[in-house]
Amino acid sequence: MSNGKIISPALSRRTLLKGTGALAAAGLAIPAWARGQSLSHARNGFGEVSGESIDLTIDNHHFTTGGRSGHAIAVNGSVPGPLIRLREGQDVTLNVTNNLDEDSSIHWHGLLLPFQFDGVPGVSFPGIKPGETFQYRFPIRQNGTYWWHSHSGLQEQAGHYGPLVIDAAEPDPRYDRDLVVLLSEFTPRHPHEIARMLAVGEHYFNRSMQTVGDGSMSLEDRLMWGAMRMNPRDISDVTASTYTYLINGHGPADDLQFQFQPGERIRLRIINGSAMTFFNVRIPGVPMTVIAADGIDVDDVEVDEFQIGVAETYDVIVTPPDGSHALVAEAMDRSGMGVASLTSHAGHRATPPPLREPVNLTMVDMGMGGMDHGGMDHGAMGHDMSGESDMAMDHNMRDTSLLPPDVEVNAGVDMVSPMPMDRMDFPGLGLDTVDHRVLRYTDLRARRANPHRMPTRQLEIHLTGNMERYMWSFDGRQFSAVTDDPIRFAYDERVRVKLVNDTMMAHPIHLHGHFFELVNGADHTHQPLKHTVVVQPGGTATFDLTANEPGDWAFHCHLLYHMHAGMMQTVTVRPFPIEGEG
Amino acid sequence: MRAIFLAGAALIATPAMAQDHGDHSGHAGHAQHQDHSAHQQAEEAEAGAETDHSTHQAMDHSAHEMAAEQDHAQMDHSGHEGMNHGAMDHSEMDHSQMDHGAMDHSQHGQMDHSQMNHGGMDAEIPSGPPPAEAFEGPAHAADEIWGEDAMVAARGYNRATHGNARFGVIFGERFEARIGEGHDEYLWDLSGWYGTGTEKVVFKSEGEGEFGGGVDDAELQLLWGHAIGPWFDLQAGVRLDVEPETTAHLAVGVSGLAPYMIHVDAAVFLSDEGDLTARVEAEHDMRLTQQLVLQPRIEFDLAAQDIPERGVAAGLVQAELGARLRYEFVPEFAPYIGVEYESAFGGTADIIRAAGEDPGGFVFLVGLRTWF
Repeated sequence: MSNGKIISPALSRRTLLKGTGALAAAGLAIPAWARGQSLSHARNGFGEVSGESIDLTIDNHHFTTGGRSGHAIAVNGSVPGPLIRLREGQDVTLNVTNNLDEDSSIHWHGLLLPFQFDGVPGVSFPGIKPGETFQYRFPIRQNGTYWWHSHSGLQEQAGHYGPLVIDAAEPDPRYDRDLVVLLSEFTPRHPHEIARMLAVGEHYFNRSMQTVGDGSMSLEDRLMWGAMRMNPRDISDVTASTYTYLINGHGPADDLQFQFQPGERIRLRIINGSAMTFFNVRIPGVPMTVIAADGIDVDDVEVDEFQIGVAETYDVIVTPPDGSHALVAEAMDRSGMGVASLTSHAGHRATPPPLREPVNLTMVDMGMGGMDHGGMDHGAMGHDMSGESDMAMDHNMRDTSLLPPDVEVNAGVDMVSPMPMDRMDFPGLGLDTVDHRVLRYTDLRARRANPHRMPTRQLEIHLTGNMERYMWSFDGRQFSAVTDDPIRFAYDERVRVKLVNDTMMAHPIHLHGHFFELVNGADHTHQPLKHTVVVQPGGTATFDLTANEPGDWAFHCHLLYHMHAGMMQTVTVRPFPIEGEG
Repeated sequence: MRAIFLAGAALIATPAMAQDHGDHSGHAGHAQHQDHSAHQQAEEAEAGAETDHSTHQAMDHSAHEMAAEQDHAQMDHSGHEGMNHGAMDHSEMDHSQMDHGAMDHSQHGQMDHSQMNHGGMDAEIPSGPPPAEAFEGPAHAADEIWGEDAMVAARGYNRATHGNARFGVIFGERFEARIGEGHDEYLWDLSGWYGTGTEKVVFKSEGEGEFGGGVDDAELQLLWGHAIGPWFDLQAGVRLDVEPETTAHLAVGVSGLAPYMIHVDAAVFLSDEGDLTARVEAEHDMRLTQQLVLQPRIEFDLAAQDIPERGVAAGLVQAELGARLRYEFVPEFAPYIGVEYESAFGGTADIIRAAGEDPGGFVFLVGLRTWF
């Protein structure tokens, strides 16, 4: 195909995309969508696909919400892509066609499946080449609320994601209405440009920086933060300055409504399918009963608000009274929110509450949690402690002698938590000071008992990074340096894994192909199962893992740009294949 | 001292939920807890009879009165690792009776934190390498399914997209008019880099001239930047002066972020004439609002020897102290106004005075900070 060829309107759009793909392959680095060719608009929101054989098609599109508009990657023509609805016990074949001019993939987030269908290029399979259709085939061994997304480059940010719900084999009498609430972001900027801004522009997206006249912190504490070259408002790397927060593909201006009948018990399947945003979820005036976390049932916990980390899912039951209620997904940094109305009167729009004031990080977020002598009478101890800063000043915030020998100390590690403590009881930044009920990991208790087995080995993994250089890693090594050096488990080995966060950001750490049990204080057989755990800033989180899914699996921070900057590693479960199994 | 602190730490700093023993009744089957009575006896023997350890079973430490006479130094808290501190409510503890006055917190730095049980790690569970089976089988399981050729390429893609991505940026830190007494000048200060988080190719260009006249000074630097720590890069390369006369230099310096968020750029230059000079620049952004930023900036130029042809004497050659107030319409586009005092010093000042000029003075600045 020559550069001078006139593309006839009679060509199908797919042919056209293939053609431009060939042009790109011929040396033009500019993608089709950036060359001013008109793309069809992706639908906001999603349809539903189900059955034994499902076709999914990945295309370039245009997307608009509110005043923002730009390129998107849509699956089956919508952002988010279709709700894939399956039934526990069925087999499924998913035919995924990639019409982009670059490789793509789909990872089924939270599903138990043979590793070669997990969808991570370079780990589980080669990826899906442009123009190619890849067939995923696996049995459905579980039920619950999950999602799917691209694991190629930064495509997920551009709209390549969608919800996945597996209905239980047995009817579930706990609810009358079933709604999917998929939280995400849209940005008109190209994801690679966002990655570049994070790498070169200090706090480029942050519009809540501390100002000179801001009275929320004492001068002493400010000096302490300054001395450490840290920013107490370094809460979200990417904010509403470029993001519009979406619920089911609809920004606040789109006036999304969910209708219900008064008295109905509504199951909200809340999925955080965003690239970078933790959300505070609440429906003011309507309590929520959490019934499942990451797809797996937990004992009921009634809360008024919860924070959901990137890639987590929570199922809640609500029984709203007659009227219109705002379903609010407020970004953790409080720069914006996703809003929908839950209404019993068609057409009525609920008034969302205003954004709350941004909060500051604290000493505990710097890994000095172990030094928080809260509740003690310091005066009687004879200490002269005029403020938090005294203790912090005495502490080296990068004492690399505290690190285990397997952590590589390099320029990509700007902090070592001096006294990290377990923060399973922390409800998330800013929710520790609200005056209503919030969810903590320590509230979660598995509804069905897990087999009782004590771990035979313990493993410590440090989450490391450098804010200024925007480098992120496990144990000081970016994935680019350890693609051939995995974290190794023996098949059926049970290991207690402690994640130590040596950074001041919360990291949602996701292990593919497995559920691990949070060591959260629940008795050993009722530790809740999760596929993603938020490790709070400067703190630790511990889980018990039975490595019973042979193969190679991705293990990474689910903040997309952290993964892209290296916070990822392969986990291998060996031997492979298991004798007597395929 | 360390023993005392460890004792205190075990009692005070042991985080809630640090240890998974929330419910002892549910732990009857746990091998490591079965010997709880023996554990208590060992503790009692060491800690003294005043403490009522029978309350440990219920883990109600509010009833666990810490008597002042209790000798914490003698307590062997290493034995506590299997204990249930999860349910200990420290807020209820009466620490006012504890003799913390004797605790020497200056010893924090020497504490062996790795010895402390900070949460979740059970001393009973061994650390160490994975079992031998974990090393069996193929290096990459996917090679068995999809073939090595296809997977090698995909792993290459993984390396390229998960760390060490290369980016580039151009900073126009100062494009400004400098309005002084009797002479109005312009100045540019441009830099840029391309590379990864730790390895970069860096260029810098600075120059100035008089409006209506020619360019007085112009230099270009091409450097390699290598991270020498979390916050600083070593930069080494060449500097070429185009004006006032063509001169080449070797350049070595550091650039990065000093404590208190001060950006520092310091370098020494060795010219092809053998002259050694140095330059130190430091600046700090004070955010008055989210868009209005006051930036104090200081620069020193130094010389190791007299350079008569450039009117420079050994020592501190000149210094600039300025402040720029910029408004970030967007972070990439920020016009500013400012004021700067610049002065020559020592022998250099004498040379200027001998020429009948003033070695120091204020200039007003109007400029643009931009980057892309």
